[in-house]
Amino acid sequence: MVKINYDACLYCGGCVGVCPVDAITLHEIRIEINEKCVDCGTCVEFCPVGALEG
Amino acid sequence: MKVDCLIVGAGPAGSVMAKEMASYGYDVLVVEKKQEIGCPKRCAEGVTKHGLDKLEMKIHPLCIFGRIKGAILYSPSGKKVLMEGEEMEGYVLERKIFEKWLAAEAIKEGARYMVKAQAIDMERKNGNWLLKVKTIEGIKEIEAKLVVGADGVESKVGRWAGLNTTNKITDYHSGIQFEMAGLNIENKYIHIFFGREVAPLGYAWIFPKAFSFNVGLGILVKQAKMRAYDYLKKFIEEHEEIFRNAQPIEINAGGVPVAHFTEMVTDGVMLVGDAAQLVNPIHGGGIYRAIHSSLMAAEVANKALKENDLSKERLKEYEKKWEEEYGEKTKKLMKLRAFLEKLEDKDFELLAEILQGEDIYALTQAKLNFFIKKLIKKPSLLVLAKKYLM
Repeated sequence: MVKINYDACLYCGGCVGVCPVDAITLHEIRIEINEKCVDCGTCVEFCPVGALEG
Repeated sequence: MKVDCLIVGAGPAGSVMAKEMASYGYDVLVVEKKQEIGCPKRCAEGVTKHGLDKLEMKIHPLCIFGRIKGAILYSPSGKKVLMEGEEMEGYVLERKIFEKWLAAEAIKEGARYMVKAQAIDMERKNGNWLLKVKTIEGIKEIEAKLVVGADGVESKVGRWAGLNTTNKITDYHSGIQFEMAGLNIENKYIHIFFGREVAPLGYAWIFPKAFSFNVGLGILVKQAKMRAYDYLKKFIEEHEEIFRNAQPIEINAGGVPVAHFTEMVTDGVMLVGDAAQLVNPIHGGGIYRAIHSSLMAAEVANKALKENDLSKERLKEYEKKWEEEYGEKTKKLMKLRAFLEKLEDKDFELLAEILQGEDIYALTQAKLNFFIKKLIKKPSLLVLAKKYLM
């Protein structure tokens, strides 16, 4: 599953909008990735700051 | 709790929808997941006066942090093209204030608001929608006849209701931005920089504000060699003359939908603004379209609520109106985007030679025929133009 670097995340929610399986939720200032994640890497590719690793 | 209209998200689309619906006399509740409306922004904050006039919107002067005469576009080699004239005049807003002002306007009409209140699920109940909302006081259940998804690129409302609002990575800008102080650049124009090495398939911007600048860029990751953040750092390093004494006072990121695919309505649900991917596909500006979508959606919602028919078929009128107004234009702008994506830096230099500011404005308005005629002088581009624009 994709790992989140909370030190780098700017909680913009951009990854949520591009997740094809709706596995990501932005809770105000905290991104959460649930078990629906299929490791497709789309969010990793998108993240403007590289806060996601998969 | 029961309401006529529950709006998820208090950005420009949500608050304009709230104001309209409240002014029609409906019981309106807006839930905003963040503790502060308007913050953090994901936006360059620009709007044209012309656009606001078309929306008949008189914004509060305190929302305006910069007054702009036009734009200066920079080709990859630094050649400048000036865009000015009445239609280019505009404002750089302070989003933190603008969004709070929009909310205040809606509240004046009678809309209710909850902040730090996040919708976490919704389901059908007795022909209405039942939403679960996480709040400081625990989880609240709210029943609504109509739910409006104004919840931005990360829209959950659409997905819960069965609409496919997922953005494609090929049509979704990866954006990053600093608010900075201490820049050395004139402040009556917005500055737009192009180039494969600057911002692949996007652009970098510097928008002047009262005592700071909104500095950022958007890229499509398919052509990128590094992160948007790295491109922005490089951009700042490479423009020492502008940024020698500049320091950041804020950093933000965001995704920008530069294509519109999603359906906008289903039974008892309407999507507005970024949630419905309503952004100009060429320049990525979203405030104007977000507000316009809410004005259109509210008009249809009012009729549908009066008729007590919130079926998908009834609400489709909103989507049809949108298509009538923007369908053709968006299609042309998408073609233009496909064309621009094929250009190398040297082609941008050719464009900078033959295009005047007013030509570029016409292009952003989806006027393509004159452009193809102009390209007759540049045969290498004409071939591409014929392939993508005709």
